[in-house]
Amino acid sequence: MPTIVVEVMPKAELLDPQGKAVAGALHRLGKSHFTDVRIGKRFELTVDDVNDEVIAEVRELAESVLSNSVIEDVVNIIVPEDVAAGETH
Amino acid sequence: MAPRVGVVTFPGSLDDRDAQRAVRLAGGEPVALWHGSHSLEGVDALVLPGGFSYGDYLRCGAIASLSPIMAEVIEAANKGMPVLGICNGFQMLAEAHLLEGGLIRNSHGQFICRDQVLRVENASTDWTSDFEQGQQITIPLKNGEGGFMADAATIERLEGEGRVVFRYVEVDPNGSLNAIAGISNERGNVVGLMPHPEHAVEEGFGPDTSAAMRNGTDGLGLFTSAISRVLQAA
Repeated sequence: MPTIVVEVMPKAELLDPQGKAVAGALHRLGKSHFTDVRIGKRFELTVDDVNDEVIAEVRELAESVLSNSVIEDVVNIIVPEDVAAGETH
Repeated sequence: MAPRVGVVTFPGSLDDRDAQRAVRLAGGEPVALWHGSHSLEGVDALVLPGGFSYGDYLRCGAIASLSPIMAEVIEAANKGMPVLGICNGFQMLAEAHLLEGGLIRNSHGQFICRDQVLRVENASTDWTSDFEQGQQITIPLKNGEGGFMADAATIERLEGEGRVVFRYVEVDPNGSLNAIAGISNERGNVVGLMPHPEHAVEEGFGPDTSAAMRNGTDGLGLFTSAISRVLQAA
């Protein structure tokens, strides 16, 4: 069944303590050339049928439920190519 | 008749019984409410307690903010009922858009638990009228995601309209902007804060004071304020 992917990241201007902790661990492994790490979320929404209405619904839910616009940004919505010829964020 | 104050229990609530106890010690009648119900049981005020509702999945308070009872909580809040959100309850109020801003992981990345000094910046809300403006109180703070965030325009508006209700004193324990510990809505009936007033309501069970160990009861004032407000309105 088709899956629509929604990717959410903490707002760029906010500190991401999780990412900072991982960056610290990489640094301790000698990988300090990775100067920054940020951690976000990936949602995979499976539906029976992908159509324009469902895609619009996902865009709305991405903003209203899957993310909180005060602290996060929806950075990408990926629709399966075969059902939505080139339709991406 | 003592004002009836509802305390909503969600899956993962931890401090619901402490909040009920605080209501009782403040002279109110606690009413246990359940997240899955659509009834507020005719209560006069509401407390959304602390804890880790739904395991903090998605975002802290986000799934709880979509619970059945939240429809009634939002309706009652918009009609002026006193509503207090403590810690996870504050996160729910933010997710439900009853309060502005959002809470993110503490800037130092660690869970923090300490007795915290706060300054009452607005003593005219439904939950702070028994305090003096500028009064300092000490109540426990315990959270991992208590960093208050909002965009610059929102922060400026909250500050300008006196809607910063509590501010951290001496130390900003979690990286909150402007050391904001708690805010209110425009009307002043909805208040949310990260620290826990319900854990400082009875001598022997609160923060240490200069007089004696665990004798702090500074949290009681929030509950007596709302109860007085309900009695005045009756």
